[in-house]
Amino acid sequence: MSNSDNYESVVTSASQDIAKFDDHRKGALGHFQHMLHMTPSLVPLIVLVASIIIFGIAIGSNFFSAYALTLILQQVQIVGVLAAAQSLVVLTAGIDLSVGAIAVFTSVLMGQFTFRYGIPAPISILLGVSIGTAIGAISGWLVSRVKLPPFIVTLGMWQIVLAANYLYSANETIRAQDIATNAPSLQFLGNTFKLGGATMTLGVVMMVVIVAALAYYLRATAWGRHVYAVGDDPEAAKLAGVNVHRTLMSVYMLVGLICGLAGWAMIGRYGSISPSATTGMMGNIQSITAVVIGGISLFGGRGSILGAFFGALIVGVFELGLRMAGADAQWTYLLIGILIIGAVSVDQWIRKVAM
Amino acid sequence: MEPILKGRNLVKRYGKVTAIDHSDFDLMKGEILAVIGDNGAGKSSIIKALCGAITPDEGEVWLEGKRVRFASPIDAREAGIETVYQTLAMSPALSITDNMFMGREIRMPGLMGKYLRKLDRPKMEKFARDKLSELGLMTIQNINQPVESLSGGQRQGVAVARAAAFGSKVIILDEPTAALGVKESRKVLELIQDVRSRGVSIILISHNMPHVFEVADRIHVHRLGRKLCVINPKDHSMSDAVAYMTGAKLPEAA
Repeated sequence: MSNSDNYESVVTSASQDIAKFDDHRKGALGHFQHMLHMTPSLVPLIVLVASIIIFGIAIGSNFFSAYALTLILQQVQIVGVLAAAQSLVVLTAGIDLSVGAIAVFTSVLMGQFTFRYGIPAPISILLGVSIGTAIGAISGWLVSRVKLPPFIVTLGMWQIVLAANYLYSANETIRAQDIATNAPSLQFLGNTFKLGGATMTLGVVMMVVIVAALAYYLRATAWGRHVYAVGDDPEAAKLAGVNVHRTLMSVYMLVGLICGLAGWAMIGRYGSISPSATTGMMGNIQSITAVVIGGISLFGGRGSILGAFFGALIVGVFELGLRMAGADAQWTYLLIGILIIGAVSVDQWIRKVAM
Repeated sequence: MEPILKGRNLVKRYGKVTAIDHSDFDLMKGEILAVIGDNGAGKSSIIKALCGAITPDEGEVWLEGKRVRFASPIDAREAGIETVYQTLAMSPALSITDNMFMGREIRMPGLMGKYLRKLDRPKMEKFARDKLSELGLMTIQNINQPVESLSGGQRQGVAVARAAAFGSKVIILDEPTAALGVKESRKVLELIQDVRSRGVSIILISHNMPHVFEVADRIHVHRLGRKLCVINPKDHSMSDAVAYMTGAKLPEAA
């Protein structure tokens, strides 16, 4: 070992200050980009506000009425709840194609348990939500333990649940009047109350509560941090001391539970219980659309649940706005398609700040 | 003297590839044991078998004289073994604080923490900042910046700070200075000695012979999936060590 220049000794006199730099102005655009990077849910919020303003100007005061705006909330309540559930799975770098099917199936179970077996409605609701959770647990176990891709697991689960739904119910619809007279608590979430000049339903309240609670738990608790870490890099999360299996199980079970609640909300929203409700087929795509427009990365670990909520509202605003403007319904889908691609492009642009 | 961490007859195979071939391992209390070996000699594998990241097919691991079976790194961590992996095991999108406390977050005192499980951010941030400062990682500006915005060396520094802050019995460092600058690697070496003086035993895997010979009490030479010999850095030269690990020379009386 030669005693060459002892270059390492000078580090004893190294600077002990925490590095600080002057923030050179990057121009308004750069600042905006930075701000979006720090708060990703701002993008869908801006789109939401802009689309409300544009439709408001185009359609006139009808659109700005409390009636129209609360109608949007009522129309998105199912998709909003499903999008909240979908966000959780997508944050773990998964995808759940069965959310809509689980919602329809649990609503059917709640109705059939009450009317076929005479189980008191509140207990039927509890059973329905429990079975939703159990379905989520099966998917979670297959993803976490058997290591199947979430896409495959939930694609299969979608078909299984939807088929079970038709087989079990014999494709029989339970009429709204029967529910209202015999088991009103099934329609509990359809109850309305006045808030200012607006009419709100309890289902809307439930949606807001679910989104707010999940936003809090994802941001401020260890569980939430683990969900992000698992979505970011499951191997790293495992080595860093996260129980990946338990985190994934909790996510999929929570998703099943929330879908069960969405099933209950469906009864309140539609009045009747129908195994062929469109949510079974459309709920998945609608919830994924909301999540993507909301800026949550399908690769996991990035995005916020508030974004998905705004995404669901954007779709609602487009649907109602275009309908009030008398446009063909296909325009809605066309614009939403553009919105999806636009949302991902904006996401890529924001990401550049990190590079 | 009974080793604090002991491996006996460890075997790990991946299909036809043998990563650990009936290898033994001894770490004494309060020492710095360097593990050296060629690429592919199985250094990382034997370390992973000791810290629960992989489960050996055969063999036994003993910690402080007690047989242990770690099913996951979480088990090993609870037993007081902390590891800095070569891959660093960080979540790039999460903040430095989140990463340092991953899996052992501090909750708020009182009702908020108990019922709403709210994290005590100010406390975690202060702790994280203190640990980084101890390690001389002064170039990190914001303790809440995502790890992906750090340089490779800064990331490694954060990973080392995490292990040093929480390891109570054994700290395993897999190439801790590979990506670090001169000042940071000097700090890591100082930190290693500092941690040892607290009575913690350290396993250091490194290719950097000057660093190994400077801090190690003993050097475990790993070759072809097993322990070839353990040498004392005072009695052997760096070229001896390199000769043993590459098979250029056989250790006498091994």
